[in-house]
Amino acid sequence: MSTQTQQDIWPDARGRFGEFGGRFVAETLMPLILELESAWDEARNDPEFAAQMDAYMRDYVGRPSALYHAERLSEEFGGAKIWLKRDELNHTGSHKINNCLGQVLLAKRMGKTRIIAETGAGQHGVATATLAARFGLPCVVFMGATDIERQQPNVFRMKLLGAEVVPVTSGTGTLKDAMNEALRDWVTHVDETFYVIGTVAGPHPYPHMVRTFQSVIGREARAQILEREGRLPDACVACIGGGSNAMGLFHAFVPDKNVRLIGVEAAGKGIETGQHAASLKGGAPGVLHGNRTYLLQDEDGQIIDAHSISAGLDYPGIGPEHAHLHDIGRAEYVSATDKEALEMFQLCTKLEGIIPALEPAHALARVADLAAELGKDGLIIMNMCGRGDKDVFAVAGHLGVKI
Amino acid sequence: MSTHPTGAARLAARFAACKAQNEAAFVAYIMGGDPDVKTAQKLLDGLPGAGVDVIELGLPFTDPMADGPAIQAAALRALKAGVRTKNVLAMAAKFRKKDQQTPLIVMGYYNPIHHMGCDAFTKACIEAGVDGAIIVDLPPEEDAPLRAAFDEAGLALIRLATPTTDDQRLPTVVAGTSGFVYYVSVAGITGALVPEADPVARAVTRIRAASGLPVAVGFGVRTSEKAAQIARVADGVVVGSAIVDAMAQKGVEEALNLTQRLSGAVHHARSESTS
Ligand SMILES: Cc1ncc(COP(=O)(O)O)c(C=O)c1O
Repeated sequence: MSTQTQQDIWPDARGRFGEFGGRFVAETLMPLILELESAWDEARNDPEFAAQMDAYMRDYVGRPSALYHAERLSEEFGGAKIWLKRDELNHTGSHKINNCLGQVLLAKRMGKTRIIAETGAGQHGVATATLAARFGLPCVVFMGATDIERQQPNVFRMKLLGAEVVPVTSGTGTLKDAMNEALRDWVTHVDETFYVIGTVAGPHPYPHMVRTFQSVIGREARAQILEREGRLPDACVACIGGGSNAMGLFHAFVPDKNVRLIGVEAAGKGIETGQHAASLKGGAPGVLHGNRTYLLQDEDGQIIDAHSISAGLDYPGIGPEHAHLHDIGRAEYVSATDKEALEMFQLCTKLEGIIPALEPAHALARVADLAAELGKDGLIIMNMCGRGDKDVFAVAGHLGVKI
Repeated sequence: MSTHPTGAARLAARFAACKAQNEAAFVAYIMGGDPDVKTAQKLLDGLPGAGVDVIELGLPFTDPMADGPAIQAAALRALKAGVRTKNVLAMAAKFRKKDQQTPLIVMGYYNPIHHMGCDAFTKACIEAGVDGAIIVDLPPEEDAPLRAAFDEAGLALIRLATPTTDDQRLPTVVAGTSGFVYYVSVAGITGALVPEADPVARAVTRIRAASGLPVAVGFGVRTSEKAAQIARVADGVVVGSAIVDAMAQKGVEEALNLTQRLSGAVHHARSESTS
């Protein structure tokens, strides 16, 4: 994991990706972050840690995940060949567990005895609670009250797993508020607590650490497509909340200049309505939750609440590395609306027998356009980063069905 | 032309004056524009009369990650009333017209300042008669741009030291500081836990030696008894949440009465027999 390659030049020693990232935290947390950084540097250079990760990835998470040729979707969109990276088949149903496994193993290694996490859709909360159960650590998950409402199945799962789910009512009761509350908990329980952040955001070293744990997605996908197609894809597409599944897919492909990297943000009710979660398309650089990145904010630098049908994308920021890839033009960022995601949720289920989470359903909406644009010879890999079981009740509600 | 010192020098003068009297300085925190600008201005203008030596004026922010429920709620009330950074700076300017002696610093989070730009913010502080700032989420590793602008303007960028700031890190925290050092007496958020006097005394001695500056202690000081205990061991005592709560529940007058009691306890702490 430690070999320096072209895509590993960021972050620098200050935790920057170009002008983004950094460590904007209260002084109480600074020593903890520095401690975490040195533990992380040690762990990622330790072959034993890597071997431990590999074993759990295989036997517990169920990796490698398949790369699947979605024939009927390809046919429907009438253009490029579409391959789905099946990270929804992982234990607990999304890519989130790749990262949680790494962080919880690191927590054990550091001798921490209490795990905390924030969650939006509940997928990160479930994955964290799962590993906390597996390793016998108490776990507290902070979740916005609004999100608790729309992700009931995951709330119950976390409780079954023995986690305490703390409802957060400040702000709009969504992911950003849950993250504020987790940070407040961390400053109050500094000695024993490990904060498992769920995406490639937060203060350094989190964006680097989470990217590293998620980069298994792209490493596998790259080898799989070369084996199956004998060439690299024309594009990799993934949805973006904080950006961890996207960074996980993109990372291995960053040096492959002919592979387009496309991130799909949540456009909510439409970017023009102001009710969206598209920080790159509708935001400006700022500082929140420990890093400098693009944020939804008003003319005074007050954070504006995001809106998305998908709790996992409902965040007013984006990981700093995406901000960097955006500014240097290496990756493209587009968006999909609530309505498009709902349509794709149903289409994918009907045509492929795969119920996608609402998050990757956003990515699929842009895969549809891209497939047409690339034509028959095109190859696309999309990260199917989560399954839709958690969304079934909410989607029924949106479609006016009572269950 | 003013004959009074400004900026970091105004802070230094006040701490020196308190020291000359063998008193700790009483530092009061209020939220700018809570619940609205007019009411908050009344409270602000009344603080020197209630024995406040140094004023900390909060800049409201949507995501106050280091604050407990009292100050979170105060920020949200102010924001809901439409209060923005410029309105709070205007409050300071109005205060400064009438009072050139009481040091006033602003306390907040980095994003609104980043959004305005460090140079523009510094200029706005000078124009408003603000003497310094505490930016909670701007550790030494990240504060170079604002520090450069503040240094040039003679304003104090006050750093925080905490129970987690060990001997190895302390020199980084106090390097290039001015005004005073703010010691966060408990690992936690504002207004939550109550500090113990003994460990606070040890920390103050350590930080004073490393920085050569006065050390004010805050977070969790709510009562006259606790304020007096801390006043015996520190150069300054900060009370925030308790005053903010009093303001929210009972209004300006009661908040000023509480402030008066707290400042009295701090100022008399060293002359009264200790328990
Ligand atoms: C299935 C799924 N995809 C995507 C996300 C968004 O996170 P990220 O952008 O970090 O991958 C979430 C978050 O909860 C999720 O559950």
